[in-house]
Amino acid sequence: MASVEFKNVTKSFGEFRAVSDVSFDIGDGEFVCLLGPSGCGKTTSLRMMAGLETPTAGQIFIGGDEVTHLHPKDRNIAMVFQDYALYPHMNLADNIAYPLKVRGEPVAQRHGRAKEVADVLKIGHLMDRLPSQISGGQQQRTSLARALVYPAKVYLFDEPLSNLDAKLRLEARGFLNHLQRDMGMTAVYVTHDQAEAMALATRIAVMDQGHIVQFASPIEIYRRPSTTFVANFVGNPPMNLVEVEGAQIDGKLALKAEGLTIDGLAMTDAIGKALATSGKLTLGVRPEHLGIAEVGAINTITAPLFANENMGPESLVTVDRGDSARVTARIFTDDHLDLSKVVTLSFSHEHVHLFDSAGMRIPALGE
Amino acid sequence: MKLTIPAFVGRIAFSALAALIGAIFALPLLWFLFAPFNARAELGLALPDPWTLNNFVTVFGNSYAVQALWNSFIQAVGGVILVGAAATLAAYALSRSSIPGKGAVTYILLLFSSVVSGSAAMVPIFLIVSAAGLMDTHLAVILTFAGGLLPTAMFILRDFIDSIPKSYEESAMVAGASPVQAFFDVALPVIRPGIVVIVVWSFVNIWGSFLIPFILLRSDSNMPASVAIYSFYSEAGTPIVTLLAAYSLIYSLPVIALYLFVSWKFGFRFFGGIKA
Ligand SMILES: Nc1ncnc2c1ncn2[C@@H]1O[C@H](COP(=O)(O)OP(=O)(O)OP(=O)(O)O)[C@@H](O)[C@H]1O
Ligand SMILES: [Mg+2]
Repeated sequence: MASVEFKNVTKSFGEFRAVSDVSFDIGDGEFVCLLGPSGCGKTTSLRMMAGLETPTAGQIFIGGDEVTHLHPKDRNIAMVFQDYALYPHMNLADNIAYPLKVRGEPVAQRHGRAKEVADVLKIGHLMDRLPSQISGGQQQRTSLARALVYPAKVYLFDEPLSNLDAKLRLEARGFLNHLQRDMGMTAVYVTHDQAEAMALATRIAVMDQGHIVQFASPIEIYRRPSTTFVANFVGNPPMNLVEVEGAQIDGKLALKAEGLTIDGLAMTDAIGKALATSGKLTLGVRPEHLGIAEVGAINTITAPLFANENMGPESLVTVDRGDSARVTARIFTDDHLDLSKVVTLSFSHEHVHLFDSAGMRIPALGE
Repeated sequence: MKLTIPAFVGRIAFSALAALIGAIFALPLLWFLFAPFNARAELGLALPDPWTLNNFVTVFGNSYAVQALWNSFIQAVGGVILVGAAATLAAYALSRSSIPGKGAVTYILLLFSSVVSGSAAMVPIFLIVSAAGLMDTHLAVILTFAGGLLPTAMFILRDFIDSIPKSYEESAMVAGASPVQAFFDVALPVIRPGIVVIVVWSFVNIWGSFLIPFILLRSDSNMPASVAIYSFYSEAGTPIVTLLAAYSLIYSLPVIALYLFVSWKFGFRFFGGIKA
């Protein structure tokens, strides 16, 4: 196990910058998820750690040693590819044992070790099959077994679960979480599924257009998203963002928009500065913090009902504020919700997130 | 389902017509199968009466004819090994490396390849081979064919290798393999069906060609079978049909055997990719 460090790493393909001046430090035994939309540079970052891509500028360290220009075979890492990359002409035993073969281990020994790992992953009975003769879930576990069969310094995963169906994905996710607790491995895990990142990571690096926007623990990213981009990316469904006009009334902050009124928010210097530049703010409220308003509630959003989806233990209630500016509430009830044509949602002060006109988070009082 | 009478008659007429056309195409093939076993074979089609192997005995008694088969074999196998090995390495490099202009290289080679083994280039090839002192050697024939077949072989193989995910070799290298190890352990076995196609194709090409060996070779002891067939003529210049037929059959057997062997061993199919 070892740490991984990026120092001002840039990767350009021609004119295009896929990864742009990225720096971070991943500690020994950490499980870090690279999270971001398609094309933001996650795979490129991972491939630079593996040595399959050479940075245009910057340095990469593994375990404190510089590896920027080291060949992949000399880095002692393990990687699970998105397409699994199982060798089609080798049976599972040879596939899993291949890393041991190139390390010069005798046949009996390496097949023994491969069988051990395969048994843990419940594919031990398939060792004679070719990759084309097993199911997608089994292929995924085979590629995982091949990565786990030898002790590597760092484990790299490129969306290893994306080709699985929903149920298998949950199962594999749980297994990976267990594995991480068991082995304490250093891992970098690429995904664009925020739930996967929240469930697995000790820290999440949220990427956007080649930059790291926020690098923090899942709880921190959930509680204090640093930009509207992060707020909109994390959470299921993601945070509601509403453009509002801010004003100072009696030393308190009041927010106003079509169908929305909020009074009595604590005023801070940071809010004052943001107000001074444009007067416009972005209000963020998570769906799970919205409720159907009781009579006389403060902090309300009122708009025509757009959708009312019952999901079993919860209902998703969406209202439409016009121009497709929709707000979704996640109501925890297993009862059918009877709603009128116009719905009023409410929330409490402590669940308010504020962002300035550039989309940067304005720290709340005491942050 | 019931057929109406006109449709029924139509089908019979169609089948009869198809059978007739098929028979016309089958006639030369039937001659090719019957004549070698007929002691009095002529250019007309006739059932052997009696069946005999005498024609083959005569062919195998002719040392020049037997030597020619062996020469064909040497030239074809030599050419196949050269084309197969060189095309595999070149196509792999062209597919996997990021040399600028690598696409242009293949297209230009491909353009000129039809010239190299075509009759238009015979005079320059003759001059080059003679200047290199390779006149009347197997090597001259092998090299000329390699030059002519390589570009197309590279082109076909490169396309094939392009369609194989890079992640095979990448995962091997991450697992600790050197590029050479990754090539032999992982890439080569996956490319092999493509190489087999190249091998069969170039073998058939060299085995069946007449012009190049005819021009580059002098002595009877170096001539391949395609040229040697011309020895089965009487002094007066009329073909000795019996021997010609027997020799033709023997001459075509290696190609048929190669096809059968390959389809039995490799099945002319490619490994399916992993389903996504
Ligand atoms: N070899 C390449 N040549 C040119 N551009 C490339 C190359 N590889 C990646 N890119 C570009 O770099 C950007 C980042 O690619 P990358 O594969 O890292 O995205 P990603 O975050 O992994 O996306 P996804 O979630 O879709 O896998 C993309 O816009 C892509 O088009
Ligand atoms: Mg990717």
